[in-house]
Amino acid sequence: MNVLVPLPFVLPLLGAALAMASRRRKAWLRILAPLVGAGVVAAAVALLAAVARDGIIAVQIGGWAAPFGITLVVDRLSALLLVVSATVLLAIMLHAVAEGAGGLERRSEPGVFHPAYLALTAGVSLVFLAGDLFNLFVAFEVMLASSYVLMTLTPTAERVRAGMTYTVVSLTSSIMFLTALGLTYAAAGTVNLADLSARVPELPAATRTALGLLFLVVFGIKGAIAPMHLWLPDSYPVALTKVTAVFAALLTKAAVYALIRVETLVFPREHGSWVMLVLAAATMLLGTLGALTHDDIHRVFSFTLVGHIGYMLFGLALFNVAGLTGAILYLVHHIVVQATLFLVSDLMQAHTGETSLRRLGGLARLSAFIAVLFFIPAMSVSGVPPSSGFVAKLALFQAGLGSGRPMAYAVTGVAVVASLLTLMAMARIWTLGFWRPRPEDAGEPPATESYTRGGVRAMQAVTAFMVVGGLLIAVLAGPLASWSHRAAADLVDRSAYRHAVLDGRSP
Amino acid sequence: MTGPALVLVVTVAVLFATGFDLLMQRSLIRVVVGFMLLGHGANLVLLLAGGAAGAPPLLGGGSARTMADPLPQAMALTAIVITFGVTAFLLAMAYRSRRLLGEDEVQDDVEDRRICAEHHRDEPWDVPPEERDPLEQDEPEGDGA
Repeated sequence: MNVLVPLPFVLPLLGAALAMASRRRKAWLRILAPLVGAGVVAAAVALLAAVARDGIIAVQIGGWAAPFGITLVVDRLSALLLVVSATVLLAIMLHAVAEGAGGLERRSEPGVFHPAYLALTAGVSLVFLAGDLFNLFVAFEVMLASSYVLMTLTPTAERVRAGMTYTVVSLTSSIMFLTALGLTYAAAGTVNLADLSARVPELPAATRTALGLLFLVVFGIKGAIAPMHLWLPDSYPVALTKVTAVFAALLTKAAVYALIRVETLVFPREHGSWVMLVLAAATMLLGTLGALTHDDIHRVFSFTLVGHIGYMLFGLALFNVAGLTGAILYLVHHIVVQATLFLVSDLMQAHTGETSLRRLGGLARLSAFIAVLFFIPAMSVSGVPPSSGFVAKLALFQAGLGSGRPMAYAVTGVAVVASLLTLMAMARIWTLGFWRPRPEDAGEPPATESYTRGGVRAMQAVTAFMVVGGLLIAVLAGPLASWSHRAAADLVDRSAYRHAVLDGRSP
Repeated sequence: MTGPALVLVVTVAVLFATGFDLLMQRSLIRVVVGFMLLGHGANLVLLLAGGAAGAPPLLGGGSARTMADPLPQAMALTAIVITFGVTAFLLAMAYRSRRLLGEDEVQDDVEDRRICAEHHRDEPWDVPPEERDPLEQDEPEGDGA
């Protein structure tokens, strides 16, 4: 089983190298990249099965003993997220391949997309697998370095402007990560997460608080937690839509995962964290209110993304099993649904060439199929029952109300309001984009890219697959919730993780 | 041990202060230099985290007690490689930005400017503004402040 553990990031790295070497042969790239993606999905599913059977798996790379070497760990949380992220990455890759085959390939630089995308896949997988802080840093760098390239694919002036902001903000947070890492090593003498979880509680309370807050800022910037979210709605909407879909689905979620992992394992707080509760409430409100003011669909989606990061932070802030269960469910739901929304908006663009609500209209008449594809994830992200968003929100609300703390009650109230605001934002897109006739003064529609019929069909099929995936989360809510519950229990308990990493069972 | 360590701590402080100051400037090249300074500062923090200087950490090179801690050195080495690569990318992007935008300045977000302008005009959001693209509405020199 141990051989399987590094596969989710070794495979795409090899694939990226191969793709880089043969980047002129586009037909070959269109086969290679999805194949590698499918391989990652297979490895992730196998890991999930292995974790279900044997519990937490830890691998010491090169046989170096735990606190000194590189450790990879798969527990229930990381196995679940690996499967979900690999599936979403594969779906978006298929969407991109369909788009390329459908006549859009010339838009992107020849052969840069596939290698960069595979490297991004490797980075995302490594984030979920990393068992020490330094590898977490390296994983983020692999992921972000590829994202800088993807962000500025087909560099228009607007994209370079936004890409510069995005890159500089990400790098600043990376430097702070590195600094926090150095300070942690100076204080505790280790960067291995399992080892840290034993040593950090012995540190003075002030040092612990300072380090915990520093990591909150680091992952808060990467994960777009208010008030450190301002870079996201500025930069994400500008990239190619398929790229924005990956970013929105996975980059911020990887940061949220890292925050959950580090804060629960190394800086557990028995009574929750009021700082995080306040930040969660602010993130929910600022994000969803921002979504209501904007005109460009991508910006609306980006703002709802920010708002919904607040829900995951809310679950973490409670620091109990119920809250973390909700946060994990929300992560899974949101990865799928956010990617779907952006894929749908890519379809809308393929049909109309527009993303501005001011000029959009009549899409329901133009294509009822796209209207359905938009409606389902839009309801899901707003948390309307019986969608996956409802399940995840219900778990969070129950956790908030069950925690018995007045502050958590207040934040639960804010979360309900933010859900309604999301519903309003989605309803606005529905009314203006789909339901009303196209405004007459909107002027001539811009020339749409010449897609072939087959290409559009394939893109629709991939999006439909994602919509069905989102529905599956709601259908499978029972098993998923019990799995998340056990993952959350492992996060709170910590002894199983420590035992697996530090007390042998190495290959 | 306190001597060199104290010098390093002060160096880190200066690097971070100047780095963050430069990062917040509008000129892209200053931003890049600021990032480089921050990178050096962070690497020094890693080195400092290793504790006092000692013998080279090689197997058979003396007793373990006198050796320097090799782990932070390995981490700093990796971090140097990463910051090096990313700096190259940043420079390329600053160059591209200058080619495309004709100036070496961080630009404002177009949508933000549009919302701001509409707010001042006191119009509801869904009234179509003039047909011109918002990108072309602003003269580049008018928004520096």
